[in-house]
Amino acid sequence: MAACSVEELLAKAEREEAEKLKSITVHKELDVEFDIGNLLACDKNRIESRDFRGQKKEDFLRSLARDNTQLLVNEIWKQPTERVEEAIVVKLPDSLTPLPREKPPPKPRPPTKWEEFAKLKGIQKKKKTNLVWDETAKEWRRRWGYKRAKDDTKEWLIEVPETADPNEDQFAKRVKAKKERVAKNEFNRLKNIARAQKIKVPGVGLTPTAQQSKDDLSKAVSVAKTSTASVGRFQDRLPKEKPPKNTGKKRKFEPLIGNFSNEKQKQLDMLKLMDSKKPKLDITKAVNKQMREEDREEAAAKYKKGAGKKGRKGNMPGKGKGKGGKGKGGKSGGGKFGGGKPVGGKFGGGKKRGKAGKH
Amino acid sequence: MRPLTDEETKTMFEKLSKYIGENIKLLVDRPDGTYCFRLQNDRVYYMSEKILKLATNISRDKLVSVGTCFGKFTKTGKFRLHITALDFLAPYAKFKVWVKPGAEQSFLYGNHVLKSGLGRITENTMQYQGVVVYSMADVPLGFGVAAKTTQECRRVDPMSIVVFHQADVGEFIRNEDTLT
Repeated sequence: MAACSVEELLAKAEREEAEKLKSITVHKELDVEFDIGNLLACDKNRIESRDFRGQKKEDFLRSLARDNTQLLVNEIWKQPTERVEEAIVVKLPDSLTPLPREKPPPKPRPPTKWEEFAKLKGIQKKKKTNLVWDETAKEWRRRWGYKRAKDDTKEWLIEVPETADPNEDQFAKRVKAKKERVAKNEFNRLKNIARAQKIKVPGVGLTPTAQQSKDDLSKAVSVAKTSTASVGRFQDRLPKEKPPKNTGKKRKFEPLIGNFSNEKQKQLDMLKLMDSKKPKLDITKAVNKQMREEDREEAAAKYKKGAGKKGRKGNMPGKGKGKGGKGKGGKSGGGKFGGGKPVGGKFGGGKKRGKAGKH
Repeated sequence: MRPLTDEETKTMFEKLSKYIGENIKLLVDRPDGTYCFRLQNDRVYYMSEKILKLATNISRDKLVSVGTCFGKFTKTGKFRLHITALDFLAPYAKFKVWVKPGAEQSFLYGNHVLKSGLGRITENTMQYQGVVVYSMADVPLGFGVAAKTTQECRRVDPMSIVVFHQADVGEFIRNEDTLT
């Protein structure tokens, strides 16, 4: 009984040991892939669908999860360990799987006005050396800043230009110019920031400029006019003053494919209005008519005269009496146009054609 | 592409009425379907409703031409007729000028019509009246502006200008790349 129990105990111990060993070694057909940096294990083994049937499903999933976790833990302890305050820790390596970042990447700074202009013109930055040789100090100095080379603020004498006012302080002028440049630069910097953040850029309306153009002046007039309590409603207009341009009114157009009959009606109405505005009595036409009648009478009189004298030949001297430049007219087309009867015939025909062509 | 504004329509009609008078009505109100004027790229196109609907499939920057180009608006807002409009102006023209065969070529090269080249002219033409120029065989050649009234035409010397050139069919070759 005792021997039996010893054997039994041994067998049990052996089994337990095997069980223990099994608990940390997991057999897989395909090796599980690890990304220790992210504590990630990727099991690419096939899953049998019959394992999912019935009660076995839960057990199967649990054992699979345990096995894979075991493999992951095994992998972790393969890394070099160290001891930190009674605890053994593993330093995880860099992750292999790239993960998307939580926040969108920051947007690049929008280009400044100068950068836009430089890009348009293809101007590229040129790298300049930091130090330049200063001829007066006989040493290398920084290009700008404190103790810079060729420092024009340290000059003790400035030549007065010939065109300048002799009483003007050239030193003060230089200082003032520098201050202006700094101020302008600062203003531009702020404008760039404002533009980048889509704030209304200061200087849209009327900012002081070096030289005011005609446009600026008209803009100033319109701004001044609308700067009353009634927004310029009761302001009289100057004679010959043009209405202000670009006053922020948006153009509105009809839809491309809208109401066609409405559009047609509108155009017909417009035509009717245009027609009604024409003067009923056309002076030019009336004068022309009068002139034509006179011409005809004259021609008839001439013809009568000529016929009384010598018939057809008599026409020629009669024409000579009439107007100058007949010599030329006699040579070319004038014979057709300038003369009496044939001309009328020609023109009359023209008129008939014209009328016929009109439909 | 968009419809013309009232102002643009008025400018265009005023220009057209110089050539075809009240016959514009026949262009606007046609019995054979709905026709309309549309503005694209500063040019005015005359097209049927059907063509317009088809043209909406093409994006604005890709659209070169649609229907018939009548002319364009200049930067100063004036309307300028193009020769492509001749097909629609010629049948309705109120005042016509016929050019002699010898002067035909000169006109088609873009010159003014001299009196020596004048074959016939509609009676009662006023000065600065828009006219359609025809060859003696009644083929429309282009359009211009009468420099002289019909009455004055009888008296002037043969080398003086009678019709100012505005557009002629020679432009189809000369301005081939800009004419749409």
